[in-house]
Amino acid sequence: MALNGIQIFKLTPKKNCKECGCPTCMAFSMKVAQGAMKIEQCPHMSEDAIASLSEATAPPMKTIKIGTGDGEFTLGGETVLFRHEKTFVSKTRYAVALCTCMDDAAVDAKIKEIPKVDYERIGERMYAELVYVNCSEDADAAKYTALVEKAAGIGRTLVLGCTDPEIAKAALAVCKDSKPVLNGANASNYEAMNAVAAEAGVVLGVSGKDINELYDTVAALEKLGNKNLVLDVTGADLKETFANAVLVRRAALKDQDRTFGYPSIVNTVKIAKGDVHMQAALASLFTMKYGSIIVMEQMTYAEALPLYGLRQNVFTDPQKPMKVEPGIYPLNGADENSLVVTTVDFALTYFVVSGELERSGVPLNLVINDAGGLSVLTSWAAGKFSGNSISKFIIENVEPKVKCRKLLIPGKVAVLKGDLEAKLPGWEIIVGPREAVQLVKFLKDMQA
Amino acid sequence: MPFNQKPQKFNAKINTVTIGSGDKTVALGGNSTFPFYSFDAPTENTAKVGVEITDMGLEGVSEGIKAYYEGATTMADIAKKAAAMEGADFVALVLEGGDPNGENKSVDELIAIVKEVADAVDCPLVVEGCKNVEKDAELLPKVAEVLQGRNVLILAEKEENYKAIGAAAGLAYNQIVGAESAVDINLAKQLNVVTTQLGVNAQKIVMNIGSACAGYGYEYVVSTMDRIKGAALGQNDNMLQMPIITPVASETWGVKEASASEADMPEWGPQDERGIDMEIMTAAADLAAGSDAVILRHPQSVATISKMIKALA
Ligand code: SF4
Repeated sequence: MALNGIQIFKLTPKKNCKECGCPTCMAFSMKVAQGAMKIEQCPHMSEDAIASLSEATAPPMKTIKIGTGDGEFTLGGETVLFRHEKTFVSKTRYAVALCTCMDDAAVDAKIKEIPKVDYERIGERMYAELVYVNCSEDADAAKYTALVEKAAGIGRTLVLGCTDPEIAKAALAVCKDSKPVLNGANASNYEAMNAVAAEAGVVLGVSGKDINELYDTVAALEKLGNKNLVLDVTGADLKETFANAVLVRRAALKDQDRTFGYPSIVNTVKIAKGDVHMQAALASLFTMKYGSIIVMEQMTYAEALPLYGLRQNVFTDPQKPMKVEPGIYPLNGADENSLVVTTVDFALTYFVVSGELERSGVPLNLVINDAGGLSVLTSWAAGKFSGNSISKFIIENVEPKVKCRKLLIPGKVAVLKGDLEAKLPGWEIIVGPREAVQLVKFLKDMQA
Repeated sequence: MPFNQKPQKFNAKINTVTIGSGDKTVALGGNSTFPFYSFDAPTENTAKVGVEITDMGLEGVSEGIKAYYEGATTMADIAKKAAAMEGADFVALVLEGGDPNGENKSVDELIAIVKEVADAVDCPLVVEGCKNVEKDAELLPKVAEVLQGRNVLILAEKEENYKAIGAAAGLAYNQIVGAESAVDINLAKQLNVVTTQLGVNAQKIVMNIGSACAGYGYEYVVSTMDRIKGAALGQNDNMLQMPIITPVASETWGVKEASASEADMPEWGPQDERGIDMEIMTAAADLAAGSDAVILRHPQSVATISKMIKALA
């Protein structure tokens, strides 16, 4: 909620002393409103005025950083509720849960399992970025600290789920340098937890028995000077958790209520314990609606493949298409003698086409060239998927590596056949089907 | 200062469209909030879950699905088991064998299957064509004709064949018209406009605004649904107030993450699990964005998604 010039003017000392370089306080206020100058450039502003101004001009949702180095992640900082309004900026991060309530064998199995999912999809590394270490009621400091140390061994950023200030302190002593989140403040312990988090210099997670108590506790923590928070919106059941997640985000972004202007934690283990399929459904639901950190019992390929794909889609810039890197992608065990197929670098087209090509089982080399990240017809119309661009790429990059001299082009650009034959001597240009779904049949017929 | 919870009230709502006949019906739509926002206003109808079966029987389905249908030898058997699935609200029969680029089954052959299925179950039915616009223009009016009185949802007319299908389903045989467009709010609206211009009652249209599998350009689905619900509720646009149905299974089971065998991709683990989660996660995202009904294939997905919907109501 930016202030206008008049509102800012009311806060200035109205001396017109020109020390800020402006002829009048009014002129200065106008510049501040436009963002051309900063309020601190007036040496005579009162502390109160600066505080109320920075409050009014602060973004509606704070950006919170957790972790260090490769494990540093930015949460929050969102400005819109729907992705078509503006890009969502901070991706949802997923945490696999460990608990002192698990036996050693189960913990060891999980610790072995977590690093197994680690792969790349359209230039992005996909893995469980966080590990949630839960301290159950009956655990003591020694037991919890031992588990935290074990978890830290995987090298993922930790979220400590612990409501006992003494135990939390002991655990932070062994891991605070990696900047974990301490998720454990509530209405009854927030003062002590705040001191522990502040001393360790880590982000504090806050929860409440309902949304009102959560609100009051956040307000109380802010009063103690802590604005380095995440809000655990997990309620007693799914319905309450979903309501909390939406209401917190909506209050911050739509109603400008900054007390709720923090990232969220959704713990699916609490509301769907033992039901990995329900947790999968909820991971998707809360990726769509406002979970900053989502805690799950497992992240195997079954969860990761759909979830990371979904996240990659939801958090793309609506103005900027996703592109695939140019290159030769051998499919179905293709070698240098396998058929060459080409299409555009628009990620959606690439995925649909490569999926169909894989389904055909026919070994082939899929060649992708920079076509502006547009669909076949659009990039052809824009001159980015042309006889020139294709032939140049083939001569420079494909001919040195691939012996086969047969090139399959999309049916929608059949018009390029003649041009390509002229520009690529020795190549047989084959016009493929217009739609990707017809590829399997087309390739099988070709083989026959 | 305590938290001031401000509900988001709309003076508009999504149409309620009922499919099925007799005492076995389901109501789609009817809500005046964003999906699952029951804290803003009470939920009129919860989202519904359909079970997909196809004229191709159990060909090509995953192990877990095959196991569920074990012992079913005829389409009638398969339909009965689908209708009995835990969490199922309706059955969706896909006539994929009609595709001229595939099996190219004749209209007569497919109509016989439609009749067999319809006779076997009394639950609400959705019948989907083969996606080929010419074949569907021939096939779906026949489907609408033979199922008169069952109040089925015919999926779907498209821009290219809405006259034939929309008129047969919506006017001649009084069924529910499914209007399919390709993930674009303007195309969705345009198809509803021209369909109502044929004389089809707007209250008898259900939209398939286009679907995608999670990870496959899914952002277009999210934004199209967000915008459609926003316009339907926020601007009271009555050409976008039709409930949305999303065939999920047909998108998700074909992608390599769900279809690759464990032998080909050992590190990915069991194929059935991957297929289930791809279906579940895509369906949950569809429902969060605005689908009033989803069509799924695996019994585990149907049970989980149905449970999630009920827990959110
Ligand atoms: S320095 Fe401050 S008081 Fe002086 S003219 Fe500028 S705004 Fe006014």
